[in-house]
Amino acid sequence: MNRLSKLGQYGIFLAFALICLVLALSTPKFFTVSNLLIIGNQVSINALLAFGVTFVIITGGIDLSLGSMVAVTGVAAATFAHPDAYPLVVPLLVGLAAGSAMGAFNGLVITKSKVPPFIVTLGTMTIGRGLALILSKGRPVSNLSDEFNFIGGGNIAGIPFPIIILIVAFAVCSVVLNKTILGRYMYAVGGNEPAARASGIRVSRVKMWVYTICGLLSALGGILLTSRITTGQPNAGAGFELDAIAAAIIGGTSTAGGTGTMTGTLIGALLIGVISNSLDLLNVTSYYQQVVMGVIIIGAVVLDGVGKKD
Amino acid sequence: MADHILRVREISKSFSGVQALDNIHFDLKKGEVHALMGENGAGKSTLMKILIGLVAPDSGEVLLEGTNLAGNNVNETLKKGISMIHQEILIIPELTVAQNIFLGREKELSGKSGWLSGWLNDSVINQRAAALLDRMGVNIAPDAKMKHLSVAQMQMVEIAKAISNNAKVIIMDEPTSAISDKEVATLFQIIRDLKAQGVGIIYISHKMDEIFRISDTITVLRDGKYIGTKPAAELNHNALIAMMVGREIAQMFPEATQAVGEEVLSVRNLGRAGKFSNISFTVKSGEIVGLAGLMGAGRTEIARAIFGLDQWDEGEITLKTSPLRARTPREAIDRGVGYVSEDRKGLGFIPRMSVKDNITLSSMNNHRKGGFIDKQSEESATEKMIADLKIKTAGTGQHVTYLSGGNQQKVVIGRVLLASPELIILDEPTRGVDVGAKFEIYKLIRSLADRGMAIIMISSELPEILGLSDRILVLSKGKQMALLPKSEATQEVIMRYAVG
Repeated sequence: MNRLSKLGQYGIFLAFALICLVLALSTPKFFTVSNLLIIGNQVSINALLAFGVTFVIITGGIDLSLGSMVAVTGVAAATFAHPDAYPLVVPLLVGLAAGSAMGAFNGLVITKSKVPPFIVTLGTMTIGRGLALILSKGRPVSNLSDEFNFIGGGNIAGIPFPIIILIVAFAVCSVVLNKTILGRYMYAVGGNEPAARASGIRVSRVKMWVYTICGLLSALGGILLTSRITTGQPNAGAGFELDAIAAAIIGGTSTAGGTGTMTGTLIGALLIGVISNSLDLLNVTSYYQQVVMGVIIIGAVVLDGVGKKD
Repeated sequence: MADHILRVREISKSFSGVQALDNIHFDLKKGEVHALMGENGAGKSTLMKILIGLVAPDSGEVLLEGTNLAGNNVNETLKKGISMIHQEILIIPELTVAQNIFLGREKELSGKSGWLSGWLNDSVINQRAAALLDRMGVNIAPDAKMKHLSVAQMQMVEIAKAISNNAKVIIMDEPTSAISDKEVATLFQIIRDLKAQGVGIIYISHKMDEIFRISDTITVLRDGKYIGTKPAAELNHNALIAMMVGREIAQMFPEATQAVGEEVLSVRNLGRAGKFSNISFTVKSGEIVGLAGLMGAGRTEIARAIFGLDQWDEGEITLKTSPLRARTPREAIDRGVGYVSEDRKGLGFIPRMSVKDNITLSSMNNHRKGGFIDKQSEESATEKMIADLKIKTAGTGQHVTYLSGGNQQKVVIGRVLLASPELIILDEPTRGVDVGAKFEIYKLIRSLADRGMAIIMISSELPEILGLSDRILVLSKGKQMALLPKSEATQEVIMRYAVG
C-alpha cells in the first residue's frame, strides 16, 4: 500500500519526466534552450492563474471567473498604459487592484450568501465579461507604452520577463501555502470546514483571502497577456479558467478540498505547455491536441485515485 | 447439529502481513441473539465482512445451514439469507421508504416480464412495504420520503429491508448508536419477534448494559483471536470487560484528589427558542458537572450555545467574572472555553491533516513568528501532548484518519487542551471508543479536573455520568429537571427525571 501511494504521490512528476524524455528523444528541437524558454513563456499566464485557483480549490471552493478577471484587469490596466499618460506603476496598480476587488467580491458573496462558489463565480464570470466590454466600449485598447509592453515581451539577460514573474510568484505562493498560518488554515477549511470552524478558525476570513489572492493572480495574468499582445482585449481570457483548473487537478489538487501543492500545480501547468508545444513540433493539429489534453486530465486523476486507495 | 443456522469454522485472514483474524470459530443457533464483543481492532468488522461476502478469508469456512458460502459475493450471500444492518445507515434520502426497502429488486416486484419489467410499479412495493412495517409493529408511512424520517425510523426501515430479503441471519452493527432509549425498546421488541421466528442475530455493540439485556450468548475476540463463548447469564459486566481487555480493571472511575475551587462558569436562565429554556447551573474549578438526558433533551445544544457554535435568545452566561456571549468558536476559545464535540468526524478533526497540524490548529497564535509558522515550537508542543495523553501514533506527521477511535479522540482533546482552556465541555467523550481507551479517557478527565479545570461532561451512558460527575444536571425536552449532587444520584433517579 505504501509503495503504491508513493507512486501516486510522485506519479505526476514521473509522468512529466517521462514525457519530457520521450519528447527529447523523438524531436531534437524540443530540448533546446530557446524552445524551453518558449514553453516557459507560454506557460506563465496559465501557471499564474493555476496558482490562484489552487488556493481556492484547496479550501474546497472553485473559481470560474478567472478568465473574465483576466479581461477586466487587462482592459483596466491598458486604459492607463498609453504612452506618456501615467507612470508605469499606475496601470499596474489599477490592474492589480481591479483583480483583487473582483476576487474579494467573489469571496464576500460566497461567505455571506452561502451560495456555492460554482454558482457565484459562474455569475461573476459573466459579470466580468460584461464589465470588460463596458470599460473598453467593446473595442480593443491599443497604443500602449513601451515600458508596459516590456512586462510581457521583454527579456532580462536573455530570460523572458514573464518567466521571472512566474518564478517569483511560484516562490511566494509556495511560502504562503506551506509556511504561513493562512496556508495551514486553507488546508483545514478544505479538509473539514465544520471542524475548522469549531477549532476556532475564522472560516469566512480564510475564504475572503483565497478568492482575493486568486483575483490578484488573475490580474497579474491579465497584465502579462495585455502587455504581450500590446492590446487590452475585452474578449481575452475566455476559457482560461478551465486550463488553470486543469493544471491544478493534473498536479494532484483534489476538487474535494484539503489537498494540493504549488509544485504539483506548476508541474501540471508545465505538462500542459510541454504537450501542446511538442504536438506543435510534431505537426499534430490542434484538434488532436485537445483530445490528448482531455485524456491527460482524466488520467492524472485516475493515477491520483490509485495512489490514495488503501 | 440441526439448530445451528450459521457455523464459522477456523477463519483466518491477514492483510499485507498483519493477521486480522486467527482461527476464529463460532456458531449461531436459530432464534439466538449472539453478541460479538471486542475492542476496536479486535477483528469484528473483518469477520462481518467475511460473513456477508465482502472479503474472502485466507482459510476456514462459513456454513449457512450446512452449505459452504465460499466464493459468494455480497449479492449472493444476501439472497441466501445473510443481511447486515450497518452502523452508518445506508439509505437514499430522496426516495420513499418503500423504494428504499425494495431497492435493487424492482424487477421482481414489477409483476411484468421481459422489457416491461423495467417499468416501475410503486403501488405494489408500497403495499408490500406497508404489510411488512405493519407486521413489525412500526408506524411509518411507506410513501414517506426517507429524508423526513428520524434516525431510529431509518434504522427500522433497514431492518424491514433485511426481513424482506427473508434473512435467516441478521447482523446488527451498533444499531443503537444514534437512537434514543425509547426507540431502543422498540428495536429490542422487534429483535425478540425475529428470534421467535427463528432468525439468528449477530449483535455488535459497545454498550454493555444493552448486551446483557438482549443477548443470549456472548463471543469475545481480542487482537484477531478467539477468546471464548459464554452464555450471557454466566457473565457479568466486569468478567466481560476482563475477557475483552485481557486484564481486570479494578476501578473504572478515578476519584477526585483535589477540592473544588472558585466558580468558573455560571449559566442563568439560558434559553433558545425551540431547543431549551430556563437552564441555570454553575461549574467550579476542579468540578465535573454531568449533563444527563435522552437524545433530543437539549444537552448538545446548550454546549454549542456556550461555545459560540449557536446563538441563544435569553438569559446570561458568565465566565469567571465577565459575561460571555461568543458569536464564534474563536471568541469562546480566546476566553478559555474548549469543546470536544460528540461528532468527532464531523466537528472534531481534519482527517487528512497530521496529528501535529490537528493538535496545534486551535492555538496557532502561540506557534508563530509574524504570519509564519514556528515549526519547532509546534513540533515540541505536539510531542509533549502525545506523551501527556499517551496518544498511540507513528509520529507527529501521521494522518489522523489512520488512528483508532480512542486515539482520534485524544488528538481532539489535545487540540482543545493546547489552547489552555479553563472550562472544557466534553460531549459524549467515549462514543465509539473501546473499553481500554475509555478507562484512559476517564482518568484523563479526572486529572484535568484535579489540575483545576472546570468540566462539563455530556453522556448518554449513565454509568459514566454517575461514575465521574460531582453534580448531575438532568434535562428533558429542553427543560432542566434536576440538579443532583453525586450522593443523591442513581440510575433510577436520573432516568425518572430524564423521561420527564
